[in-house]
Amino acid sequence: MIAFVIRRLLQAVLVMMAVGFVAFSLFAYVGDPVAIMLGQDFTAESRRLLVHELGLDQPFFVQYVHFLLNAAQGNFGISYRLARPVSELLLERLPATLELSLCAAALALAVGVPLGVYTGLNRESWLSRLLLTVSLVGVSLPTFLIGILLILVFSVVLGWLPSFGRGTTVALGWWTTGFLTESGLRALILPSVTLAMFQMTLIMRLVRSEMLEVLRTDYIKFARARGLSDRAINFGHALKNTLVPVITITGLQLGGIIAFAIVTETVFQWPGMGFLFIQSVSAADIPVMAAYLVLIAFFFVMINLVVDLLYYGVDPRLRIDRAAAAGHGH
Amino acid sequence: MTMAPDRTKLLEVRNLRVEFPMRRGTLVAVDDVSFDIAPGEVLGVVGESGAGKSMTGAAIIGLLEPPGRIAGGEIRLDGRRIDGLPYEKMRRVRGREIGAIFQDPLTSLNPLYTVGRQLVETILTHLDMSEKAARERALQLLQDVGIPAAERRIDHYPHQFSGGMRQRVVIALALSANPRLIVADEPTTALDVSIQAQIITLIKRLCREHGTAVMLVTHDMGVIAETADRVAVMYAGRIAEIGPVRDVISRARHPYTEGLMGSIPKIGEAGGRLAQIDGAMPRLSAIPKGCAFNPRCAKAFERCRAERPEPLTVDATDVACWLYDPAPAVRR
Repeated sequence: MIAFVIRRLLQAVLVMMAVGFVAFSLFAYVGDPVAIMLGQDFTAESRRLLVHELGLDQPFFVQYVHFLLNAAQGNFGISYRLARPVSELLLERLPATLELSLCAAALALAVGVPLGVYTGLNRESWLSRLLLTVSLVGVSLPTFLIGILLILVFSVVLGWLPSFGRGTTVALGWWTTGFLTESGLRALILPSVTLAMFQMTLIMRLVRSEMLEVLRTDYIKFARARGLSDRAINFGHALKNTLVPVITITGLQLGGIIAFAIVTETVFQWPGMGFLFIQSVSAADIPVMAAYLVLIAFFFVMINLVVDLLYYGVDPRLRIDRAAAAGHGH
Repeated sequence: MTMAPDRTKLLEVRNLRVEFPMRRGTLVAVDDVSFDIAPGEVLGVVGESGAGKSMTGAAIIGLLEPPGRIAGGEIRLDGRRIDGLPYEKMRRVRGREIGAIFQDPLTSLNPLYTVGRQLVETILTHLDMSEKAARERALQLLQDVGIPAAERRIDHYPHQFSGGMRQRVVIALALSANPRLIVADEPTTALDVSIQAQIITLIKRLCREHGTAVMLVTHDMGVIAETADRVAVMYAGRIAEIGPVRDVISRARHPYTEGLMGSIPKIGEAGGRLAQIDGAMPRLSAIPKGCAFNPRCAKAFERCRAERPEPLTVDATDVACWLYDPAPAVRR
């Protein structure tokens, strides 16, 4: 178990170094930051000075190591566009994105899993067929379109919910939360639904197909032959056996939700990291882009690690095989 | 409970018919099958795959896979009809009164729960006892089925047991509420040959001790000869012959049974080729007119091709073959 965690952590470090390399290459290949920073009027001397100051006259490899060392300490340099430390900018917007993403993920799970179980158990009912058809729409409609449609219906026509922003937020130390005010919560609804829609339908269809698969297995037939109640069979035996693939996909989706919040944040003018990223792209603000890239990769890596650990909680075959294998020295 | 010869019938199956409605017409998997099982009796059911033996077992425990359904006849347990019981009532019969053992012990157990948990769960479903008492009973059951170090093994997961040990756990599960009948569908087929005999001996011993009757579905005549009191030979969804196992083995009456017996190698006899039955069992969608076996039967005559034979009683055996019709109407 500990060996496994250590191995996965080492892999995670390798992945982060690779991502760091890609992020760092942005500086070298996307635009010329020096030209941008110097503006219209500059002399060869002022340019040389700036290049030296930024360390751009150093060899590529040295620059890369510098970048990695700084990044590891959370130092991603200064935003070209806003002239403030990148880490500060990201940290300011991190709560907005995380709150939105977690809400969306919770919503997707809370709705997707029960619907998946229902449609898996009642394959023939009209409600299942309806849900499956609707879920196809959810999977195929692009997120921005769903967002715009929701704004149209609930903000423009009905006027029930705000169409943009986070509402009033409360600061808890450096973390700003929208959970504590009514306007914050109201503002959270539409973006969460928009962001959750795709994952929700995906989870529902996944749980359904896994349920159908598991319900065909011999141990479910045998559980019926033992006379167990339907509840025990469906939830105790069947649902639990669908969890490993569901955890995998949900975990990966959570990373996806955080990353693809870009679109939803843009549609709803949500002051999160994704929105910041889009603004930075249009301004070629490379330090922000690079930091965002690294941060998202970090989330993915951490989530994958947690997912792997969750397997151990769910599936005893993994737990014991490893332990036995270690014990017997295989 | 003693094994005194008991004339009362525990299970009665009368004219059972199992159908599978398909897009192109209906397949009849079990057709007009009737038999009884007495308390404590072991009835072997043999036949090739597709003969309807597993379907008969599934119909009895009320677990036919849709779209399969019981289309006719009745099934009685202790005189009470159990075919067509509402799901919830049938659920209380399953496990409590009729236990089941399936073919593949590797897949019969839920991989995510310990065997102890699965046993306790089954016991508590059917018997009114405390969790602690149920666990003690589970432990006792594991010891009964011969699991070494049961106190430790009770908390192990299925994948930590070998195939033979898992089948023992399955047997413990089938017995956990002390049912009066066990439907064992090919309980040894998936096991190593060396383990098969152990499992058969175990089932036989436990059922004798508990007075449990067994419907033992298998295609292995050797297992039947070893275990069963009576044997039913099935062919293309019907019973060809049913009678005491000694009679059927030593004096097979139905030409199909004769063929089956001829295909078993006998130890100590001079070599030479084993007899075999030419051809294959018809598909359910193409069962020939008259006796289903007639195209493969060396003794078939005109009537066999025209009329379906009804069971005729010869000594202690019922045989569905026109050869034994005392009124040789059209016989050549």
